[in-house]
Order: sequence, then C-alpha cells, then structure tokens
Amino acid sequence: MLNRRIFLGSGIAASALLTAPTVWGQARPKVVVIGGGAGGATAARYIAKDSDGAVEVTLVEANPIYTTCFFSNLYLGGFREFESLQHGYDKLAGGGVAVINDMATAVDRTAKTVTLAGGTVLPYDRLVLSPGIDFKDGSVPGWSLDAAEIMPHAYKAGPQTRLLKAQVEAMPEGGVFAMVAPPNPYRCPPGPYERISMVAHLLKEKNPTAKIIVADPKDKFSKQALFEEGWQTHYDGMVDWIGPEFGGGNVEVRPDTMEIVIDGDVTKVDVCNVIPGQMAGKIAALAGVTDDSGWAPVHPDSMKSKLDENVWVLGDSSAQGDMPKSGFSANSQAKVAAMTVRGELTGSKTFPAKYSNTCWSLIAPEDGVKVGASYEPTPEKIASVESFVSATGEDAALRKATYEESLGWYAGITADIFG
Amino acid sequence: MARPVPALTLLLTLAAPPALAEEIGDAEQGATLFDRQCKACHQIGEGASHRVGPKLNGLFGRRAASLADFDYSKSMARMGSDGLTWTLETLDAYIENPRELVSGTRMNYPGLKDPTSRADLMAFLRDWSDKPRDIPEAEPTALKTTPELTPETPALKGDPDYGEYLSSECRTCHQADGSDQGIPSITSWPTEDFVVAMHAYKKKLRPHPVMQMMAGRLNDEEIAALAAYFATLE
Repeated sequence: MLNRRIFLGSGIAASALLTAPTVWGQARPKVVVIGGGAGGATAARYIAKDSDGAVEVTLVEANPIYTTCFFSNLYLGGFREFESLQHGYDKLAGGGVAVINDMATAVDRTAKTVTLAGGTVLPYDRLVLSPGIDFKDGSVPGWSLDAAEIMPHAYKAGPQTRLLKAQVEAMPEGGVFAMVAPPNPYRCPPGPYERISMVAHLLKEKNPTAKIIVADPKDKFSKQALFEEGWQTHYDGMVDWIGPEFGGGNVEVRPDTMEIVIDGDVTKVDVCNVIPGQMAGKIAALAGVTDDSGWAPVHPDSMKSKLDENVWVLGDSSAQGDMPKSGFSANSQAKVAAMTVRGELTGSKTFPAKYSNTCWSLIAPEDGVKVGASYEPTPEKIASVESFVSATGEDAALRKATYEESLGWYAGITADIFG
Repeated sequence: MARPVPALTLLLTLAAPPALAEEIGDAEQGATLFDRQCKACHQIGEGASHRVGPKLNGLFGRRAASLADFDYSKSMARMGSDGLTWTLETLDAYIENPRELVSGTRMNYPGLKDPTSRADLMAFLRDWSDKPRDIPEAEPTALKTTPELTPETPALKGDPDYGEYLSSECRTCHQADGSDQGIPSITSWPTEDFVVAMHAYKKKLRPHPVMQMMAGRLNDEEIAALAAYFATLE
C-alpha cells in the first residue's frame, strides 16, 4: 500500500525531523475536511483511498458516532431502530484518514489553518467544508434553539429525533401534532412531508383520532401530489396542510403554553415540530466563504468556493444551483470534490464533473416513492439535465420495490460514506 | 451515409397509415423455430401450462413476471416490478440476448442473433396473444424505432481511470461487496453483459427510471470506460 507514497529525501523542514516517525506525513500535502456527514466523510474517504496515501487527510467531526438525518423519519415511523442510523469512523481511520472528534471553531484562510475547540491548530493545503446546516435566528417567531427541548426541530438527527418520537408516542388520545415547515431552501426537500407521513402512520396505529396540522410558508412542496395522494389513501382526514394562501406562512409559536398561532388563530397542541429556516453550517460563515444568502457559493465544475481557491464547500452548505440539499447530493458532490482536490495536489487525471441525486420517501408501509435528477455544470450553476419522479396511481408491487430499493440505497450509500 | 431526407418527406413518411406497415415475420417459420429452440421449456397454445419456463400465451402487453402461479427468478421479478412489459421491442431484445434485459434471468438460452428469425418467432408468439391486431403498428407490439448498437460499440476500449471516477456514481447505491438487497449487485459482471445492459437502459428498453437516467447520459466511450474499470476489479 505504500508504493505510491511520496517520500522527499531532502528539503524536509527541521520541525519535521524532530518528529521523525511522522516524516512521511510531513512531506505530504494536507487536506483538512470539516464535517463527517455524507459530503465530508465521502470526500475524506475518497481522497485518502484514491491518492493511495499520497495526501494526508484529516477529518474533523464533533460526534464520534454519526447519526444520519436521512432515514431518521423511518425511525419516527417505527420502521428502523435508532441504532441502525448510527455509523462510526473506524473504517475511515483504517483507510488512512486521521479522524479527530472535535469542533472546528475558526478558519484562518490566510495562514491556511483550522483551529479546533480543544486548541489544536491544523495546517492545510486544501480545506473541504461540509458542515451541513444551522438554523436562522428569528425564522419562526417565538422559537429559538433554547426552545428546542420543548418544540424540537429534529432536523439534525440525534437526541432531537428521539425526543420528537417520544413526544409523539406520549400524545394524549385525539391530540394534535403540529409542524412548522421550513421556507426554501432547506435540507431534504421531501423530509418534512415524509415525516408527516411517518407520524401519521404511528398515530394511525396508536392514536387514530389524533390530528396533524402543517403550517407551511411554501405554496408547493417536493413530491406534493404523491404525498397528498398517500395521505388521502392511508390517513384520510388526519392531515391538515395549511399553505400560505390560508396563512401557513404567518406563524408564531408559544413554547411556554404549547400553542401555535396560524394567521391569528391560536391552537393548543401536544407536539410542535418547528423546522426553522436554514443556512450553511456556522463554520462556513466563520471561514468567510458564505454570501448574503447564508450559503456558500461554489464553482459548478469542482465544488470549489468562489471566494477561496483553496477551499471546497460540499453538501447542504453550498449554493451550487439546481441540486437539492440531500445526503445523496452531498455524496455525489464529494466525489467531484475529491477528484479535483486530488488532481491539484497529486497531478492525477481529472474528468468533467457529473452529479446526480435521488430521494426516496416512505409514505406508509411498503409504499415508497422517489424523485431524482442528473446534473451537469454550466458556467452559471449546477444545472438539472434530466429528472424523474414516481407517478401517482402506481401499483403496490412497484411501490414495494421502490421501498426495498431505498433500503438497498441506505446500505449502499452509508457503506460508500463510512467505508 | 444516407442522404439527408428533406423534412417534408420525413413528415409524410411518419404520417403514413399503419396499414402500410409490414408483417413482422413468418409465423410458420416461427412455429418451427419454437419447436426446435423453445419447446423444451415453454408451452404455448391451447391447454398450455408452466414447465421449466412459464407458458407463453398472452405474452404481448403482459408485465414481466406477472403470472402469480409461476416462480420467477429474483431478477425477472425485479424487472417486472420496475415496469418491464413485453412488447415487440422488449421481447426482441430479450430473445436476442436474455441478459441484456434481465441480468439474472434463469432462462438458459444463448440468444437468437438473426433478426429475421426473431421476427418469425415473435410472429408465431403473437398468434397466441390477446392483442394480435395491435401488431406491428401500436403498443404493446410497436416495431422498434430506436437505433441498433453498431457491432463496434461493445468492442470500444475504455479508459479505466475515467471508469473509476464514473463508477463512484454507481457506488452510491450498488455496494462494493456485492450485496443485492433491494438494489442489484453489479460486481463480477461480464464486460459485454455490462455494456449491453447499459445500452438497454439508455434505449429505455429496461424500465428502471434511475438507471435510465444514469445510463442515458453516458456516451459509448463512458460506458466502455466503466466496463474497462469493472473488468479490473476482482
């Protein structure tokens, strides 16, 4: 495995000689990746794997065990164990990636260093940022992160996901579940609506007279016809979706009294899932690679930041054009990033970027649907080339096959991300 | 090289009444072929029942793997749930090279390479289908209009480095360890089968929308590059 490693026999800095066992490491170009999700872990793994040790790759991720946001709705619906969403980094480490479980708190793009909460300073030649999302303050009046223990967002998988499920299970008979859906753009476009489906499934089994209210600032949403058909078929009368036409965008929440105010009407609720407006993960803003939109603009052919030629931004944090913010997209973008980073550092061949995405959603047991597209870079943006979406009225066999395919995809993509 | 056809002529040709379409083949020749090549495993006609393979009455317009009382291969069942329906076009591709269309089919048949013989065989099968009048003018038995692969295409030599990059897209869903739960395994796939399968998706003969999209934007060189890369895997 060491045959293609680069060993520089002369010109090694004195500091490197003082730490003799890591001489090889000192001689190699350094990539630091921040964020160990679908974008970051994939990029780290592919750069390390494909450069065969010629590049020193360090992955910085706060959580030693990663919980995927994708498929976390299936946990809510009772279709997955929570543990099945969790993945460690031992295979990445075994594949030559140095994994540091710490939080990146600062990026100095002039000195080309990343500072971690624990005080470590990591120098880099190329930096890959894949920090996912953070929530915009003041996006939903009455709600702040401090209220998340009462009104969970459950939009970063982990304890919040478990909290939301426990709250749904504890709802009184005939109680009310409310969701405040997010404005565009946000992580996982079908996610809120798959979540509604999963909550409805759980309630149909355990609490069939319960009601679901969705207050939505958007006049349309991903896979809308499919979800609406499914809600009617499986959960008739249970889901009340309130779009902006009926005040769904004019919302306030009151965590102290468990109330939601939609267009002036106050409703007492038992669970309130607030999915706020979103922006790039904070470190992207701290690194100064975001713009006024709150997201980080990137070059469509490489995922390289438009603001720094040594920085790449992947996944949810990036503003790239037509691709939805999804784990699949992040994984796809990471492969282009890994190829272009490696090309710059080792002179390996690079090829035209190709991107793709597919999002599966579960509506009810064995009733799966999907939407997807292929993408290519244009000078302006990553542009959709071709797309497809499941059709309404599909037969049960196809929906079951689509669901089974989604299980296969989860196994496939998590193996691709985490090794 | 064919001369360019003036647009007006082309329109008139396309608008020609279906009655002018030719018969797809000689059903009597097809019956002889059926006896020689298919009958060991398949029955067709009055009183036909399932043998090693399913009975072939009413084949045209039927969803693949849709007879409840026959035990199909996993691969055929998957193509059926993906939406593969037997039309003149899909059946022609299947008879020509069964694995082009259904990678893991249990039909142990090398394929019938001569297009005239296939047409004869399908003309015979048509006689035992519910919709004989549809042939060959309309679905489910419309004549194919998509271009054939040139014989050179599968022989293109690809760049394995490019294939390695392109293959990273496959690995989002298809597992490197060959698992095939929900999504088929693509490891240890013979190069030629891989190439014809990708072209079958590209031509939308195979029904799966994700794969039609993925293969749809791969050109011949890219498919060859992928095949070359996969060939380097153990």
